[in-house]
Amino acid sequence: MKPIDFRQSLHPSDASEPIISVSGLEKTYASGFQALRKVDLEIRRGEIFALLGPNGAGKTTLISIVCGIVNPSSGTVLADGHDIVRDYRAARSKIGLVPQELSTDAFESVWATVSFSRGLFGKKPDPAYLEKILKDLSLWEKKDSRIMTLSGGMKRRVMIAKALSHEPKILFLDEPTAGVDVELRRDMWEMVRGLRESGVTIILTTHYIEEAEEMADRIGVINKGEIVLVEDKAVLMRKLGKKELTLHLQNPLAAIPPELSAYPLQLSADGTELVYTFDTQQEETGIAGLLRRLGEHGIDFKDLQTSQSSLEDIFVDLVRGRA
Amino acid sequence: MNIHAIKAIYLFEMARTWRTLMQSIASPVISTSLYFIVFGSAIGSRMANIDGISYGAFIVPGLIMLSILTESISNAAFGIYMPKFTGTIYELLSAPVSAMETVIGYVGAAASKSIILGTIILITARLFVDFSITHPLWMIAFLVLTSVTFSLFGFIIGIWADSFQKLQVIPLMIVTPLAFLGGSFYSINMLPPFWQTIALFNPVVYLVSGFRWSFYGVSDVGVGISLGMTLVFMLICLAAIGWIFRTGYKIKA
Repeated sequence: MKPIDFRQSLHPSDASEPIISVSGLEKTYASGFQALRKVDLEIRRGEIFALLGPNGAGKTTLISIVCGIVNPSSGTVLADGHDIVRDYRAARSKIGLVPQELSTDAFESVWATVSFSRGLFGKKPDPAYLEKILKDLSLWEKKDSRIMTLSGGMKRRVMIAKALSHEPKILFLDEPTAGVDVELRRDMWEMVRGLRESGVTIILTTHYIEEAEEMADRIGVINKGEIVLVEDKAVLMRKLGKKELTLHLQNPLAAIPPELSAYPLQLSADGTELVYTFDTQQEETGIAGLLRRLGEHGIDFKDLQTSQSSLEDIFVDLVRGRA
Repeated sequence: MNIHAIKAIYLFEMARTWRTLMQSIASPVISTSLYFIVFGSAIGSRMANIDGISYGAFIVPGLIMLSILTESISNAAFGIYMPKFTGTIYELLSAPVSAMETVIGYVGAAASKSIILGTIILITARLFVDFSITHPLWMIAFLVLTSVTFSLFGFIIGIWADSFQKLQVIPLMIVTPLAFLGGSFYSINMLPPFWQTIALFNPVVYLVSGFRWSFYGVSDVGVGISLGMTLVFMLICLAAIGWIFRTGYKIKA
């Protein structure tokens, strides 16, 4: 695999100043666990940025520091130009956070809890705006219900409504669709796109790669407290994209013939499928040669298909490769 | 100053009070009424006057103090412990709210509740025994000061506690004994000299004594000392809270 130079993407060519810039951020917990190591990251204004990483990689720690829930050990974070420690009021009033855990008050009504959030973030009451949020999130009928009576998916929406109650410019969604059914996940994606349309910058963490693939403009991969890659999604897919050629054989093979050992082939368990992996970036993909060799050795196939490797494969490669 | 945030926290906490009206107001009133019936009327009728005051009237300030102390601590402790327990504290930590605003909101609400409660108990007591208040302004001052000080103390306990058990242990093991031994039911002058000296190490003695002085003009210790000791305890609590927010103790990693 080619080494990826992600420094380019850390310094966007466009002149507009990043909405979040993290530099040299480190966090070591009291237990001695080092959750973040010299993290540098810039989030562009108005983008959807997906932060991918396995469990324990430091995703939540990074978000928690930016939002003010965890103290950084060293390094700085600017949110919309405001230092999150020195100028925390200005910085935090720009940020909305939907944490991973479903933490809600049990006895409050939906309306009361959303109003509380708005006040807490220093905004004067605006019932019309809150009504709009609740309607957008299909919560309006439930506005007088106690939160404890709502389903898990509804509670998740309440948390999103709380995070949006003070009209933030930046929204953090920490694992927004963990434990959420397919339909709600689609709704959530729709909502996130709608927010982006309205100019909100969205940073979401996920370990569903499908989600990043579906939603993100750019993708960052974090592993063991280090950002290992930041790239435009399209570029990333292209750069790392491998294709697979699957041949459905006429007659099953017991083993890959030694004559074909030069090719990176895999044989399915029942011997009916032969899979060839190739890199689209290379001049010579080797497909033509392979098919010729198959013909020479009398291996017939009834069908063939090619598929682009998913972000998931790329991600697994990255995390394994650098572990 | 984030006034909207203070208001939001304060109203949120007060809403909890109205929602749990039975536990918040009714149960302390019932238990205090029981004290008045048992100690004030039943036993008190056979007790000699203390400092020229009938026993039933003598215990009124002490009983109010007893309720205020325990309720201030438990309300303030519960108010900040619950968000920690349910995880909703993330919102408070991520909000543009200073430590002072947080404390004003939470402690202000807990203290308000205690002041309301103290007033209700005072009115209830009047139904059982006859008493007058010599220095009403000082009475209010002691009521407010004690409510605020012990709500601050409760706030500290709520931050420190990481289980419901710990939430109960200080009020139960330390505050209740101190309150009972603090002269709620007797004048410390009635104790043997040695125990009188020991009693002076009990901060509740100063509160009860000062509060009783505002009612009847008599006290175990000088009223200036009472006021001074209460203020000292308040400053200690404020310093502790300052330290908590500076270091993030138990709330911020």
